[in-house]
Amino acid sequence: MLEQLQIKNLTKRFGTVIANDRVTFDVRRGEIHCLFGENGAGKSTLAECIYGTYRSESGTICFNGELVEFNSPRDAIQLGIGMIHQHFVLVPPLTVLENIIVGTEDAKVLLNTQKAENKFKELCARYELKLNGHAAIWDLSVGEQQWVEILKALYLDVKFLILDEPTAVLTPEESDKLFRILNVMKRQGISIVLITHKLKEVMQSDRVTVMRKGKIINTVDTKSTTREQLTHMMISSELAVQGLKKKINSESTVVQIKKLDVRGPRGGYAVKDLNLTLNSHEIVGIAGVAGNGQKELFETLVGIQSPESGEVWLDTEDITHWSPAEILAAGVGHIPQDRYREGLIGQLSIVDNLLLGMHRSPRFAQRGFLDQERVRAFVQEQVDQFEIVAPSIDTVVGNLSGGNAQKVVLARELFQASVVLLANQPTRGLDISIADYVHRQLLEKRKEGYAILLASEELDELIKLSDRIVVMFKGQIAGEFVADNPDLEQIGLLMAGGNL
Amino acid sequence: MSEFFTETIVISILAAMVRIGAPLILAAIGELIAERAGVINLGVEGMMLMGCFLGFFVTFETGSILAGIGAAMVGAMLMSLIMAFMAITLRLEQFVTGLALNLLASGLTLFWFRSLLKTIGSTQPNIDLLEKAPIPFLSDIPYLGIIVFSHNWLVYLAILSVPICSFFLYKTKYGLELRCLGENPRAIDMKGLSVAKRQYLAVLFGGMMAGLAGAFISVGSSIRFVPEMTAGRGWLAIVIVIAGNWQPKWILVAALVFAFLEAFQMHVQAVGINFPYQILLALPYVVAVIALMHRRARSRAPASLGVAYSRGS
Repeated sequence: MLEQLQIKNLTKRFGTVIANDRVTFDVRRGEIHCLFGENGAGKSTLAECIYGTYRSESGTICFNGELVEFNSPRDAIQLGIGMIHQHFVLVPPLTVLENIIVGTEDAKVLLNTQKAENKFKELCARYELKLNGHAAIWDLSVGEQQWVEILKALYLDVKFLILDEPTAVLTPEESDKLFRILNVMKRQGISIVLITHKLKEVMQSDRVTVMRKGKIINTVDTKSTTREQLTHMMISSELAVQGLKKKINSESTVVQIKKLDVRGPRGGYAVKDLNLTLNSHEIVGIAGVAGNGQKELFETLVGIQSPESGEVWLDTEDITHWSPAEILAAGVGHIPQDRYREGLIGQLSIVDNLLLGMHRSPRFAQRGFLDQERVRAFVQEQVDQFEIVAPSIDTVVGNLSGGNAQKVVLARELFQASVVLLANQPTRGLDISIADYVHRQLLEKRKEGYAILLASEELDELIKLSDRIVVMFKGQIAGEFVADNPDLEQIGLLMAGGNL
Repeated sequence: MSEFFTETIVISILAAMVRIGAPLILAAIGELIAERAGVINLGVEGMMLMGCFLGFFVTFETGSILAGIGAAMVGAMLMSLIMAFMAITLRLEQFVTGLALNLLASGLTLFWFRSLLKTIGSTQPNIDLLEKAPIPFLSDIPYLGIIVFSHNWLVYLAILSVPICSFFLYKTKYGLELRCLGENPRAIDMKGLSVAKRQYLAVLFGGMMAGLAGAFISVGSSIRFVPEMTAGRGWLAIVIVIAGNWQPKWILVAALVFAFLEAFQMHVQAVGINFPYQILLALPYVVAVIALMHRRARSRAPASLGVAYSRGS
């Protein structure tokens, strides 16, 4: 039996969203098999179903030729399946050894640290890793923490290892080292599933399976394919009909971003030396996998984050260090990436959410008191205009569907913005009709003369709406394209960190 | 003032410190285990009060102190089962649940006190005090013999609970799992171990210890029950866990500091020194506030304390 893992017609839903749609997938013994696709393509969900974290609704999983059903990671671990998650699953105050042995059979009632340490040292030697077993996790570098995650799996004698974007946190040198480790594992007969959206990594595998929007597009031998073919499979080929946007020529500069540097949450640069100009009557699309600095760029533009250096100009004013309220008052609207966390207050009503940011304006408040009648009339008007479906305007926003919640954000930001609109993933998780509604609203505002910055992971969306497309990779602009008939392969290559 | 610090009085203060510290240690060790599992149980005060009442009532009815202590532990455990169900299964706000349990215990024990324990004239029902059990030989050691080894067996249990807890946390596999649980329950879940089961057990253990601590206050150091008899000691136990930085040995130290202040204050009053006793009464709480402010700077609180775990989607 060549196939160690065979999955047939696996379907997994979250609410109404289908994360995995009748996925059929197999992994051969001792191969490095890449799962390749954009964010949100369903790769991680598939992996979590194999590891037993999630239960699929339908479909079958065969492991070593036997039909299995995983109710918890325990079942998968017992069959020798290991997983390295996208985000570390470590306990920072505890030592490396403690993190490795917790929950393993080696730990009887009393901890046998000596035996564990011997095995740990033997593994470190075999895989050429230098780690102090008694160091606390929080004293280790991010790369070292990743080695601990790998040792955790090896300590359990895995036969089958899933790695979910393991290089996201590694330096290029560390990534090379990871691949050396993976090849050692492969020689020992361990099958490896590597989830990635980086082409460079895909090319080092034996086979590739490309996923897009929850579906398997194809599985190919890496040797017999090319980067271009893979990119083409990864990004959607069925581009929506164009023609919605007409060329408008008005090229007055509205926003200028000059040499912007912004620090990321982990200390490094999230945005590095970024220059970008936004003109009126223009939508500039940012292509790129989420996490390449888009969020930091948008937050800097609206004043939530402070840049380390660089300037942001709005018309003739330097707004680099303005507060969010001042920037909002200057006519800049922001549709944040995570509508529930950053765009709305889930426990408050539609009325309160729509009023956010305007609650102090003289139009709605006099001497500190809200003019309820006027507020409610305004909200009703917006709800009607944006066709927000809700039992009443007092409905709590958390109870709305994703599309209607996004419409609340849209209504508020479009009403407040008068010059610039910043939209980060405005259609993420929305169904086609609502996404289309958002698209038409953006094009409408473009016609009215707004300068619009739109980040999206969906290339067809960018091509449909944008006048220009820039590719963002690791905080920098990797390339710029005219959106009329851009070279999709080139964009895909840049998004995956390749060079032209 | 100098006559106050005679040998007899100092030994008496230190012996009282150990006795007063015992219920604080028991409750704090229980709370430590629950918090290490990631559940903050603010219902300790209520669980202690429940144990306090049940310990007295069952002892009074059956004449057996052991039965009373057993009932105290079971009663408080049942309350902690409510806590666990709310916090772990239903993932409700742990603070609110804990506070509600305190109110529940306060009301229930008062109600039972009035309805079940009839006062005959002015005499309230009372029981025999739990006998002292000096440890042979050890109690003959000068000073230490009286201070540490001449109490009832519950005191010894309280003192022993510290090294046992320490051993459990740092030397056993279950202790390791528990330490992971409060920091990052996902690490336990992803190793295929049940987070909920471990948290339930930890909270139940915490409840049992609170019940034991409550029983100590009624049957272990008194012959009567009075409403609100625990008088904030459950809250003090929570402060002790924080001041002790979630480590057994420092919890012991913190508990003894608070107990010392209390013992000192009692002796000053008893000896009749002319000093405003209200200030002394407030001392433990003033120290508690200072300890907390100090702790804020370098707290080692479990990272996931008070956060209900869900695997997420």
